[in-house]
Amino acid sequence: MAMFEAKELTKYFGGLAALSDLDLEVEAEEIRGIIGPNGAGKTTLFNVISGVYRPTSGEIIYQGKEISGLITSKIAEMGVVRTFQRTALFHKLTVMGNVLVARHLQDKGGLFRAIFGTNRRIDIEHEEKALEIIDFMGLSDLKNELADNLPHGHQRSLGVAMALAAEPKMIMLDEPVTGMNPTETKHMTDLIRKVRDEWKMTILLVEHDMKVVMGLCDKITVLNFGKKLADGLPEEIQENSDVIEAYLGGEEVAELLGE
Amino acid sequence: MSKHKVLSIIGVAALLAVMSVLPFFAREYYVEILIIFLINIILVTSYRLIATTGDWTLCHVVLMGAGAYASALMAKHFGWPFWMTMPLAGAAAGLVGLGIVYPLLRTVGFGFFIASLAVGEFIRLVWIKFHTPFGGPRGMINIPYVGELGPIDFYEAIPYYFMTLMITSGCVFIMYRIDRSRIGNTFKVIYEDDILAESIGIRVGRYRSFAFVLGSFFAGIAGALLAHRLSAIDPHQFGLDEMVYLLVWVVVGGTATFAGPVIGVAVMTFLFEWTRPLLAWRPLFFGAILIGFLIFLPGGLESLISKFAFWNKKQKTT
Repeated sequence: MAMFEAKELTKYFGGLAALSDLDLEVEAEEIRGIIGPNGAGKTTLFNVISGVYRPTSGEIIYQGKEISGLITSKIAEMGVVRTFQRTALFHKLTVMGNVLVARHLQDKGGLFRAIFGTNRRIDIEHEEKALEIIDFMGLSDLKNELADNLPHGHQRSLGVAMALAAEPKMIMLDEPVTGMNPTETKHMTDLIRKVRDEWKMTILLVEHDMKVVMGLCDKITVLNFGKKLADGLPEEIQENSDVIEAYLGGEEVAELLGE
Repeated sequence: MSKHKVLSIIGVAALLAVMSVLPFFAREYYVEILIIFLINIILVTSYRLIATTGDWTLCHVVLMGAGAYASALMAKHFGWPFWMTMPLAGAAAGLVGLGIVYPLLRTVGFGFFIASLAVGEFIRLVWIKFHTPFGGPRGMINIPYVGELGPIDFYEAIPYYFMTLMITSGCVFIMYRIDRSRIGNTFKVIYEDDILAESIGIRVGRYRSFAFVLGSFFAGIAGALLAHRLSAIDPHQFGLDEMVYLLVWVVVGGTATFAGPVIGVAVMTFLFEWTRPLLAWRPLFFGAILIGFLIFLPGGLESLISKFAFWNKKQKTT
């Protein structure tokens, strides 16, 4: 049974079909790239899966359970967390503060603890886990820095750190390397691979940087106008003429792929 | 303990000391004003508690009314003493809050604001319409006084004042602890970015309801204190006029810090009394203050304090 499946997933905004009869099947611990031109429906897909939008029709099945129609926090509780294309952070908190907030789901203390702040041991556990993740993302030096003051690349890393702090089983990364320089991009790419290899997570990745996508993803799904254009291994996608055409004409994509 | 914390504790202790001595130097009329002032502190602090999640309501005084009516009914018809009816009034107001928050949750921001007004007005209309048990438009009279405890008669202003001072201190302390707790932090996190909060598993709806019910509970306690002081309540006391004054207090004081709204009530209560000779001009006066603050000092008076602290810091480092 696949880790995650979307069946004939459709989302209309008024008369506009943002997603149209989309089928998707992702295996556990797979890194699946979701690519397509702007407006193809990639972020809408993430929004629908994570419960920000209700699908117009179709099914979303995660670990055998239907999750369409559930609220976002419930879906996060079940193990599906996403990052945002926009910089989504708690600006007035520090890096450490942000990651600690994201530990919310993992706090088993209950209401009494939430009001009276008891159980220092749980606090310490959370701090240690938060530090682990901050280290992992390479943000240790900045852990007491205000999120607002971070350079863009680090802010995006913080977004990923927060998603990881919620300890998901499936993580959806929305353009994680946008605005990063080549060094930062390589660093993030390695981290994503490690997240799958060491933490055994399933990853959906929306990204425009083709080098990253082709190098990182096990399989790629291409969207265009809300529909699935193609599905397959990176090599297959690179040679798919429909895909090449959809991306502003063949020459430029071929160049991007280093042919 | 940090220097800041020590200073705060000294500050609060000094304040309580002043508040404990004040009634002995004031005419009875002013003691009554101080009692109402203390009740309004509970009201405004509980309003701010709800507002920390980003939900601004227009029905908060109605929930105070719910507590007032509940306490009045329990005292009149069941003969229960104040120490019983007061917390139960809080619970009643909390329950009313629980009942109305679920439909309200479907709205946010301005929609929530207006929807809360509609719900509040609906509740007030129930009080106006039903002579039994609410007494209709004339409200309820002959609400039993708090009675005696040994030689202390709470019918007198000064005993009631000290009782109110203790209850207000207790309520404010509890609300302060909640504000500083993990739950309080979650409220503020929800205010800043509720979609991000949801995506990491925070059940925003649940927290918003909790804040609302909690705020309503304390509003109910304030209502009980009011009902047993005045011995009479009517639906018009809990209408939009009062609600606007509450808004003026929070705008004048500011809501970024816990103490802001209290500063607002204090300043406005003082101005209220000071302008009593010009009673007819009051709506104009307060409208002007509201607009003036919104334009020139939207952060409220508390923002002046932080600006002063910042300026002070700059002076020290240059």
